[in-house]
Amino acid sequence: MEMIFKKVGSISFSLLSPQQIKKMAHVKIVTPELYDKEGYPVEGGLMDTRLGVIDPGLRCRTCNGKLKECPGHFGYIELGRPALHISYIKAIYTFLQTTCKECSRILLDDEDILKYQGRIDKLKAIGKEDLVLKVSKLARASAKNVKKCPHCKAKLTPAKFEKPSTFMEDTKRITPIEILERFEKITDPDCLLIGVDPRYARPEWMVMGIFPIPPVTMRPSITLETGERAEDDLTHKLSDIVRINQRLFENINAGAPEIIVEDLWDLLQYHITTFFNNDIAQVPPARHRSGQPLKTITERIKSKEGRFRHNLAGKRVNYAARTVISPDPKIELNEVGVPTLIAMELTVPERVTEWNIDWLKTFIKNGPKVYPGANYVLDGMKKKKITLETQEVILAELCPGQIVERHLIDGDISIFNRQPSLHRMSIMGHKIRVLPGKSFRLNPSVCNPYNADFDGDEMNLHVPQTEEARAEAEILMEVETQIMSPKHGLNVIGCIEDAVTGNYLLTDDRMEMSREEAIELLVSIGLEDSKKLQALKKKVTGKEVFSAVLPSDFNFVFDKVIIENGQLKTGQIDPKTIGEDNGTLLRDINRSYSEAECVDIFGKIFKLGIAYLQKRGFTITTSDADVPEEVREKSKNIIAEAITSVNDTIDQYEHGRLKNFSGKTVEETLELLVMQKLNETRNMVGKMISKTVSDTNNAIIMSKAGKGNILNLAQTSVLVGQQALRGKRIERGYKNRTLSLFREHDKSPEAKGFVRHSYKNGLNPVEFFFHAMTGRDSLMDTALRTPKSGYLYRRLANALQDLKVEYDGTVRDANKTIVQFAYGDDHIDVSRSENGTINIKKIIDEVSRKTK
Amino acid sequence: MDTNTEISAHILVPKHRKLSIEETNVLLEKLNISVNQLPRILQSDPAIRHLNAEPGEVICIERDSPTAGKANYYRVVING
Repeated sequence: MEMIFKKVGSISFSLLSPQQIKKMAHVKIVTPELYDKEGYPVEGGLMDTRLGVIDPGLRCRTCNGKLKECPGHFGYIELGRPALHISYIKAIYTFLQTTCKECSRILLDDEDILKYQGRIDKLKAIGKEDLVLKVSKLARASAKNVKKCPHCKAKLTPAKFEKPSTFMEDTKRITPIEILERFEKITDPDCLLIGVDPRYARPEWMVMGIFPIPPVTMRPSITLETGERAEDDLTHKLSDIVRINQRLFENINAGAPEIIVEDLWDLLQYHITTFFNNDIAQVPPARHRSGQPLKTITERIKSKEGRFRHNLAGKRVNYAARTVISPDPKIELNEVGVPTLIAMELTVPERVTEWNIDWLKTFIKNGPKVYPGANYVLDGMKKKKITLETQEVILAELCPGQIVERHLIDGDISIFNRQPSLHRMSIMGHKIRVLPGKSFRLNPSVCNPYNADFDGDEMNLHVPQTEEARAEAEILMEVETQIMSPKHGLNVIGCIEDAVTGNYLLTDDRMEMSREEAIELLVSIGLEDSKKLQALKKKVTGKEVFSAVLPSDFNFVFDKVIIENGQLKTGQIDPKTIGEDNGTLLRDINRSYSEAECVDIFGKIFKLGIAYLQKRGFTITTSDADVPEEVREKSKNIIAEAITSVNDTIDQYEHGRLKNFSGKTVEETLELLVMQKLNETRNMVGKMISKTVSDTNNAIIMSKAGKGNILNLAQTSVLVGQQALRGKRIERGYKNRTLSLFREHDKSPEAKGFVRHSYKNGLNPVEFFFHAMTGRDSLMDTALRTPKSGYLYRRLANALQDLKVEYDGTVRDANKTIVQFAYGDDHIDVSRSENGTINIKKIIDEVSRKTK
Repeated sequence: MDTNTEISAHILVPKHRKLSIEETNVLLEKLNISVNQLPRILQSDPAIRHLNAEPGEVICIERDSPTAGKANYYRVVING
């Protein structure tokens, strides 16, 4: 086929007129049969070779083109009786409502016609064509529900629409034939008033008397292994249409009773409806013999599996892998462990040069089945597969200029991704580390940016294939470039779980170890700086061990943590300094040192924590939840006090002495006061516990460093506290009370879900029930909220996706129109700031120290 | 509702002011754009009614900003 190159000026969408259908058709389809006894397509059938070719080697009988040359050609059938096009059923209804059944004029008097016509002309004159439709909307509205035709004075009854595709006037059905007749008489100016341009869409074209048969190329049949042919869903549907149409013709010609003809007519309407859309309410979907619904035209386009989202927006790629992920704290932050199996399937193209030819030959010698091998050699346009047979020849012919597709080796750059890719850090560059096993391995510290865990999560890996892509991945995407979040200017990668706990315990003031122990620890995490090791004294404090991984010119002050010249002087390391999303120490290291150094230091801090904790050991016992007698006494008093105070308030309320807050009723005020008091109680207990309980208590350690909260301990050992449903105390259940064992209108803490026991001592049945209520509620809440907020975020991201900060600091959209005159009003790059501000004093201090 | 309320006097309405031709030129030069690349504001917008601005003129809005304290925003007046 000849190629034509032209630029698209504009596109207009229009209806197909019967004349157009006939004009573009090359075949009239007359039989529902597809193939004859020999298996050849029947002439005049749905697979007629004049409709296009789907078998390689054959030529199209219309254009004489081969498989890839012939675009396919339309055919047509004449319908025995006209049928409505389901997609235009609404438009047909409007035309029926707004035109007269006798004279087909629009149901507006001449005055109104002139009025609307005038408005439309005026809009067109000033070039506001887009507003014309709004005028016709008004015109349509006033033409509806007219009782008497203003032109022929005929008495009118409004047409009624009965789903899916019938129209009634009084009790009589308006047949498609009548619709066709009425629509044909509608004048062009009336069409325009109703809002349809008759040049492109005459109303009668929405009723089909002649039906186009799409080319076979858009409904190819597939040959199964058994040799059987499986036809496309559209072909099935079309043969239904043709078959029924034939029977309709036969019956009409034989003069069959009108009931039989009408039944067949309805059936034809059904088939044509489902041909266009098989997912309409009130229409049973057409099905395969297996019971699975047919995929007809609308289904091909619509929704996630449709043409747009599946084929046009969603593209599939080569050189990618996907598997389950699992943790490996021993690999570096910027590495990804790749199973050997995958490393042998994914390849990197390497151009042969004089200098690497010998090295590449070792890969070819290994072949595709031995690990560091190669799969293909590209010689110009030719692609040669490396096999046992071809190996010798390829090896002999290998010369500079050819390209070897070698297996992945350690250090290759790759792009690693976990869906949903909600932010920049969901896709990062990782160095490959080939490992045994079948899962991708990643350092647990990078779970946070990916939002990954190891309960079965899978991730995708891509291997860039060109130098440019590799350079981009390394410079723009590698993990070390992504440590600072553009969201709040803090590190998204930090120490987690036992790494925090380890460092916390290590930097305790009382921590001390022998020189030998310290060296063993530091060497085990890969610290090889002999100067630092030699500097260690006979007795080493934990702070000195931690300092060994810090660069010696590093200074840092945060709360009690003070680091001077790389020495941790005072303070204990905790999540506020090295944790995820708020590690100020890590942020400052990232600011001061190169990316490579930074990953190294991060990795060492992380590993030091784990190594130390592993050496020391860490666990928890039930007795950790036993609080001292003193605490128990005190908390008993706190709770009792709170309850008396609450009862006091309730007493005031009941005697009408409680004054309401402004904007609140007395009841609301009471609830507010009570809630406040009871919630305060639990916090007070928590505070008291953290003050009095020994800091060697494992639960306390976890609450300070690692996962956990002092409230967890308070709830386990002293008091579970008030149970809240939707921000209120528990109210539901019986009439004016929560459970039948309380009096009506009982406002006391215990009747409204206050749990005064601890998990360890056990809840009483009433408390247990209240606790189960809130537990179930929060479970439901998370399950229902996640998809909602996910979709909300998706819409937001799509709306904002092409806003971009230009070089002049303005934020502009894809058309380069300005959205914001200064990025964030202050030009600050959040990822380089401290909580959105710039600490100028600190910068000056640093610079002046350096210049000294 | 009384449509004659002067909303520009309201505490929550940021200060709107017409830019002189010189100021406009400086701004456009600085941003390297033409007037129609600026964000728009309707001539009938209640906040600028008291300015009697003509289409094509540029309005400077001094807004409170959570990040920068005060921030200037510019909008070109259009018909309507």
